[in-house]
Amino acid sequence: MTLPALFSTWFTANGWHPYPHQIEMAALARKGQSALLIAPTGGGKTLAGFLPSLIELSETPPEQRRGIHTVYISPLKALTADIARTLSRPVAEMDLPVRIESRTGDTSAAARARQRAAPPDILLTTPESLALMLSWPDSPALFGNMRAVVIDEIHALYGTKRGDHLALCLARLSRLAPQARRTGLSATIADPATVAAFLAPGGEARRVRLVQARAGAPPDVRTLIPSGMADSEDWYLPWAGHMGVNAAQAVLSRIRAAGMSIVFVNTRAQAELIFQALWRINDETLPIALHHGSLEIEQRSRVETAMAEGKLRAIVATASLDLGIDWAGVDQILQIGAPKSVSRLMQRIGRANHRLDEPSRALLVPASRFEVLECEAARQAVAAGDLDGPAPRPGGLDVLAQHVLGMACAAPFTADVLYAEITSAGPYAALARADFDDVLAYVEHGGYALRAYDRHRRLVIDSLGQYWVRNEQVVRQYRMNIGTIVEAPMLRIRLRGGPVLGEVEEYFANQLTEGDSFVFGGEQLVFLGIRDMAIEVARGSGDRPKIPVYGGSWMAITSNLARRVRALLHDKRAWPTLPDPVREWLAAQARRSELPGEGGLLVETFPRHGHWHLVAYTFEGRNAHQTLGLLLTRRLERAGCGPLGFVATDYVIACWCLREPTDIAELFSEDMLGEDLDDWMAESSLLRRTFRNVAIIAGLVDRDLPSRRKTGRQITVSTDLLYDVLRKHQPDHILLRATWADAASGLTDLSRIAAMLRRAREGLVHRRLDHISPLAVPIMLEMGRERVGGMAEDELLAEAEMLMAEAIAPATNEPLPDTGHSGYRSRERRRPPADRTAGGRADRANRS
Amino acid sequence: MNTAPLVLGGARLLLDPSGALFWPEESLLVVADLHLEKGTAFDRHGLILPPWDSVETLAALEDAIERHAPARLLALGDSFHDAGGWARLDRVLKARLLAIAARIETVWLSGNHDPEPDPELPGHRATIASRGPFVFRHEASADRTGEQIEISGHFHPKARMRLRGQLIARACFITDERRLILPAFGAYTGGLDVSDPTIAGLFPRGTTIFMRGRHNIYRFERAAA
Repeated sequence: MTLPALFSTWFTANGWHPYPHQIEMAALARKGQSALLIAPTGGGKTLAGFLPSLIELSETPPEQRRGIHTVYISPLKALTADIARTLSRPVAEMDLPVRIESRTGDTSAAARARQRAAPPDILLTTPESLALMLSWPDSPALFGNMRAVVIDEIHALYGTKRGDHLALCLARLSRLAPQARRTGLSATIADPATVAAFLAPGGEARRVRLVQARAGAPPDVRTLIPSGMADSEDWYLPWAGHMGVNAAQAVLSRIRAAGMSIVFVNTRAQAELIFQALWRINDETLPIALHHGSLEIEQRSRVETAMAEGKLRAIVATASLDLGIDWAGVDQILQIGAPKSVSRLMQRIGRANHRLDEPSRALLVPASRFEVLECEAARQAVAAGDLDGPAPRPGGLDVLAQHVLGMACAAPFTADVLYAEITSAGPYAALARADFDDVLAYVEHGGYALRAYDRHRRLVIDSLGQYWVRNEQVVRQYRMNIGTIVEAPMLRIRLRGGPVLGEVEEYFANQLTEGDSFVFGGEQLVFLGIRDMAIEVARGSGDRPKIPVYGGSWMAITSNLARRVRALLHDKRAWPTLPDPVREWLAAQARRSELPGEGGLLVETFPRHGHWHLVAYTFEGRNAHQTLGLLLTRRLERAGCGPLGFVATDYVIACWCLREPTDIAELFSEDMLGEDLDDWMAESSLLRRTFRNVAIIAGLVDRDLPSRRKTGRQITVSTDLLYDVLRKHQPDHILLRATWADAASGLTDLSRIAAMLRRAREGLVHRRLDHISPLAVPIMLEMGRERVGGMAEDELLAEAEMLMAEAIAPATNEPLPDTGHSGYRSRERRRPPADRTAGGRADRANRS
Repeated sequence: MNTAPLVLGGARLLLDPSGALFWPEESLLVVADLHLEKGTAFDRHGLILPPWDSVETLAALEDAIERHAPARLLALGDSFHDAGGWARLDRVLKARLLAIAARIETVWLSGNHDPEPDPELPGHRATIASRGPFVFRHEASADRTGEQIEISGHFHPKARMRLRGQLIARACFITDERRLILPAFGAYTGGLDVSDPTIAGLFPRGTTIFMRGRHNIYRFERAAA
């Protein structure tokens, strides 16, 4: 196909040639063929997605158009505005009669009303705004003549609940406009076939043509290896940790040597620390800024603007900058701390250099020895193009519940027709009718356990079997709660008598007491109190600032990358690329114990400081390890080992016990995911958090009531109660099923525990050592510093009670030194030795 | 369930993880702040507590009665969340409460939420009760110069501890040799931190607190503020 004269002239006038993939996309569109385009950054991807629509519109006089021609969906609001600007150039230069407008949560009410009355030709929007428009009764008129839907950055949506939501909306769009083709755009996709199936109507990948653009120059990825020289600016290589603060000097010199850098880190807390560390030594006052999701939006956009204008030398950023508007001038990216995911690393590398034929430059800065291995593994994976995508998973039932209500808001439906529509969405292609009926029943009346409650009745059925939304209030509530992104409960931070600085998780705020200081937005702040739903602070310093902790922001190492780390450990031929200290460390491990194998599972036990330690080299990521730690300590308890606690990193888990664990194979047997799991489910605060998200997505509780804003805490408290109620009275409620489904990944990552247990069955190696092994040193150093996230509260209380009693064993009436931790201390204890039990609860009458 | 012993005024008391207090010598079970029908009270204001609180509270009470087999039951006030609580109580639950009062000598002290319990509520009423070395009332009195040791409820005391980075908040008993405050027994009850001046001011010489666990009571000493 050749482009129409108007378009080829425009390309020539600008001194360009259309890329082959741009021509191919236009040709496929002519045939109404859906397509998935994978093109590197700087490869004309956006234009390739829009060119077919611009051509069609140039051939259709405005008076013949009815409704929207093309819907463009982006995961980011900011991107829609940027695309509008990008497209305005060809439209203006070719004088095309095309109206392009964006419609997001930020669009003004006046503009929204105008768009509804006179829709633009090309509508740029987000999945959430699309869902809102599809709940309008007049949505058929708006979308009925649509010819194309374009989904940008599709990899950021695929495999997530937002993706499920979008797939459902696409199914509805196809029903309204069966003639419309679908186009997916992405720069990085691990497995194009699964994404094609996600994009395709009916989940059939063959209905989507894959278009692969020529790859750009391979990226230049290096690892910053310390020189080991005490007087050099390089840092020595720490045994443990993941913050990378030691590297500040080396990082600053790399910033100085380049024009503009993005310094990516893994968590907000780490961003704060690194930003502080850089400014402490930034004697030349290079303009270095900070960007993360907790900062006020105005603050973030000021930083983004400064970056776009080239006024900055570096931004320290979290995932908040993974996606976003392209900045042409970025020379390099630095990744401090191990990258955790190859796909995310690729995404981040793509933020540097948008010239197709020059390599993007990236520098990985490992924070500790294990992280050196991970950085090296990631470097090799990038070179091999071995990305890690999410495993295909069925669409969430909570998302479906939200969508079903939305569809009822648009028009009454019968169950059969809606079921057929839903199963034409890729993630729901295999949805069983029974599950659909349960979801529908939940939307109708809340489910068996909640049907007594009037507020949960949202649909009514007429004599024809059609479901109607019950009243206007239900519609209003639905529209205020659209979307699948659930924020952790946050509190605003306000300077006393001054502006709002940003937000922190309420969880962190609850741990502060007056006078505590912490670092936020690069400043040291002193906590004064909580007032009017905000944390009041003053500028100032304390002795030891706490750092904001953001529970949800930790990304665990992906299975793919973890497998590569295991292979690297195992394969001595790969070691020459590793720095000396790491090589010596691994060699010592091989001598003193052994190296973890590629498959199987290595477990070491050894005595230390009067306790027995168990260290398992599981490599399943921190989230899975937190859950595993809880399950393991339960088993150790039953085996009579007297577990005292555990600590987990992305690579290793360690438990310490009063007595020696001996039957390690039994400990790691596969039935761990049976009864122990049930007990854990009742208690786990992570599952409660998962349930909270599910309950909000499914509309069981509101994010915002029309009358007043609920605080996250109010929601948390009431969803905790609902969780207990449903567990007790209707354990198969669809929201609990949705919660269990979520537990397989994410914060609890149960599927990875299952994978680890399978490896253990295939080859468990237990080494009983006389003392600690070299590979166990990092995890032992984490002890006492890391929060033991999963441990049951009661066990902690029992431990504290026992430790305090032990610490002050002999009876005494003298005043005692305060233990400093919480204002509590243990006094004399009468503990008759005869009664002493393993749990140290001798002073209780046993009555059960 | 493992109770914890507490000797107060020469009497040997057992603190139950449910939040109840049992005095074996007198076969007396004491509970505070049941707040029955709190869920339905809130629902009328548009909040969304699930309807199962009374079921749970009553089941816990029956369980405690089962385990201790008391001859007497004393509720320290705020047994119902509001004046209409008894009327809203489910028919089956009313029957269960009647069954308890028929077997066990039951006394309801009045609290600020239920100053005048519904006339239909089975059992005796009082504003204050006295037995052995103890005086029982809903809310602790500021002045504690009398001879008697005071046992009360009202504040829903809870204690917070930071352990291994986790903040653990639990309902608790709080006591010194002059008085004892019980945790709330009800299923949906919040709490007031023991370091709050309202509670801490009642214990000028430091306290012992007993935190409720799932199966155990955990004992800690707390220095005076």
